[in-house]
Amino acid sequence: MSLDCGVFHTRYEADMGLRPRPLQRLRLGILALFVLVFPFVASPYWLDLANQVAIATVGAIGLNILVGSTGQISLGQGAFMAIGAYTAGLLTLNFGVPWGASVFAACLVTAAAGTFFGLPSLRLKGLYLAIATLAAQEIVEWAMTNWTAVTGGTEAIVLPAPVLFGVRMNTGFNFYWLAVLTAAGTALFAANLLRSRIGRAFEAVRDQDVAASVIGVDVFRTKLLAFATSSFFVGLAGAMIAFHRNIVTWERFTLSTSIVFLAMIIVGGLGSIRGSFLGAALITLLPAMITNLGRAIQDTAPQVASLLPYAQQAVFGIVIILFLIFEPRGLSKLWENLKDYFHVWPFAYRRGESRAG
Amino acid sequence: MDIFLQLTVSGLSTGMIYALAAAGFVVIYKASDVINFAQGDLLLLGTYLIFFSVAQVGLPWSLGVAVTLLLAVAVALAVERLVLRPLVGEPIISMIMVTIGLSSVLRGVTGAIWGPNPRSFDSFLPAGDIVLGPATLSADRVLSIPIALAVLAALGLFFRHTRDGIAMRAIADDQQAALSMGISIPRVFGVAWGLAAVSAALGGIMLAGIVGVSPNVASIGLRVFPAVILGGLDSIAGAVLGGAVIGLLEVYVGFYVGHGLNLVVPYMVLVLVLMVRPYGLFGKEIIERV
Repeated sequence: MSLDCGVFHTRYEADMGLRPRPLQRLRLGILALFVLVFPFVASPYWLDLANQVAIATVGAIGLNILVGSTGQISLGQGAFMAIGAYTAGLLTLNFGVPWGASVFAACLVTAAAGTFFGLPSLRLKGLYLAIATLAAQEIVEWAMTNWTAVTGGTEAIVLPAPVLFGVRMNTGFNFYWLAVLTAAGTALFAANLLRSRIGRAFEAVRDQDVAASVIGVDVFRTKLLAFATSSFFVGLAGAMIAFHRNIVTWERFTLSTSIVFLAMIIVGGLGSIRGSFLGAALITLLPAMITNLGRAIQDTAPQVASLLPYAQQAVFGIVIILFLIFEPRGLSKLWENLKDYFHVWPFAYRRGESRAG
Repeated sequence: MDIFLQLTVSGLSTGMIYALAAAGFVVIYKASDVINFAQGDLLLLGTYLIFFSVAQVGLPWSLGVAVTLLLAVAVALAVERLVLRPLVGEPIISMIMVTIGLSSVLRGVTGAIWGPNPRSFDSFLPAGDIVLGPATLSADRVLSIPIALAVLAALGLFFRHTRDGIAMRAIADDQQAALSMGISIPRVFGVAWGLAAVSAALGGIMLAGIVGVSPNVASIGLRVFPAVILGGLDSIAGAVLGGAVIGLLEVYVGFYVGHGLNLVVPYMVLVLVLMVRPYGLFGKEIIERV
């Protein structure tokens, strides 16, 4: 845990707290206030975007536990989300399981599947593991579209809207609360996990696996645990996607989905919970903003409309490349820099660059 | 039997195009340890550039091929200098993501220029059929096989006999030792990307003749992985063999088994190879294990 300059904790509670300082609490309060007020002032369009960001945050935190914290590269995010979405959808549709139970079951099934696909990590590292997960992605994609008896093939599965405390979650406004609570819960759990013994073991395996095993970390067990924990949340995100639109289709879980989520954690910041959220928000909102911009200038330049999808694709790539070259630690680090700048403002003193995020 | 022969020729010609893309991938990986997810997009660039120079500008074929290769090399050199060079020594995840980003940019730009619809134009390969005993084979597919093999052989000879080729192998072997012998690493990285672009553009040119020009060409980039893993990540010969095997497997399974299984069979092979022999058929047996 990094300590800020001039901050001396005098109580254990403060020492253990996630947000011990008044300024941190104030910022958290402002964020909470914004989250509470937002749905009452936002249009349905913005509510829908907010819901997408919340779901993406859950998925990005899941992926970040595996890729950012444990250093195991996975291109199979889309496949795992598909497993979550299809499990939740099929349980609800075919067996009449209540949606809450089927979402939980989906998380467990995805965690099991993630552990299974994590088995090659015993032998394979880095590039080879990435290619193995690419194969897993392609095979699951094929199963989704061709195992017609179970998944319905390329047909969509249509689900009933979830009901919570007698309220149907079929509007953006109602779903918002569910999505935001889930995202906040996931973030809280992950933040606590990453500063526990298990989280430290994840980082030790990422930084130096041999050294980690020397100091008593069971490397293989830790990797499998990372795959399981990560897939649990990825499955949760998949199940939420299923219930958000009340529909499950295979197009939402392709290799491009995996790539979009990897982009979120790269742009946000590897191994950072705040980064997962910021990255999820940027990558989700970017195409929407480009579309809005395109619509805005459509009258003056009508040929722009047909170029929009390509502009989205190109900008997506450019954003990834620029972040990798100029700020590999992502938006999370930019936020740190901003805070550091104002920490001693207006004096010129800057703290060291090495402070952990 | 005649069907089998037709399938074999079709599989081999597809496989040779995989091999051309895979060879470019291997060259880049060997020289700079970069895993190039944009290899399929270099192929795509090749098909659109030849379409542009021959069908849109109206150049004769020989000149069109030259222009295509020049432009492809220029793009590759620019990419190497502007995007890859700043990231030398970064972790694998950065390398993977930067080439994925690159692939997205290339797809966006080619899409914006040439649109989503498939285009077709007269190939330089003869369009007729070759009747061989009971089998009728399309001439362009038959001809593409020796052309690809010649290119790949030239690439192999380059590695064995030219100064840059040997420098590249030295860098792959030990970067520090190569540096101390006065080998310029930036130059070698540039040559590697240039060669990869040439190899992919030639594959793209043949593809443009055989199946036409469309954005789907880029999906071949993912087929490269089963081919190179099977053949061994750092072996040109392995890329040729891997490409051929994957191409053949796809058509055989597609015809005799069906169910779209031809699309996943390469990946099943890939998983199998990773389990049994992760360094592939011809790769160096050094693989980092935990």
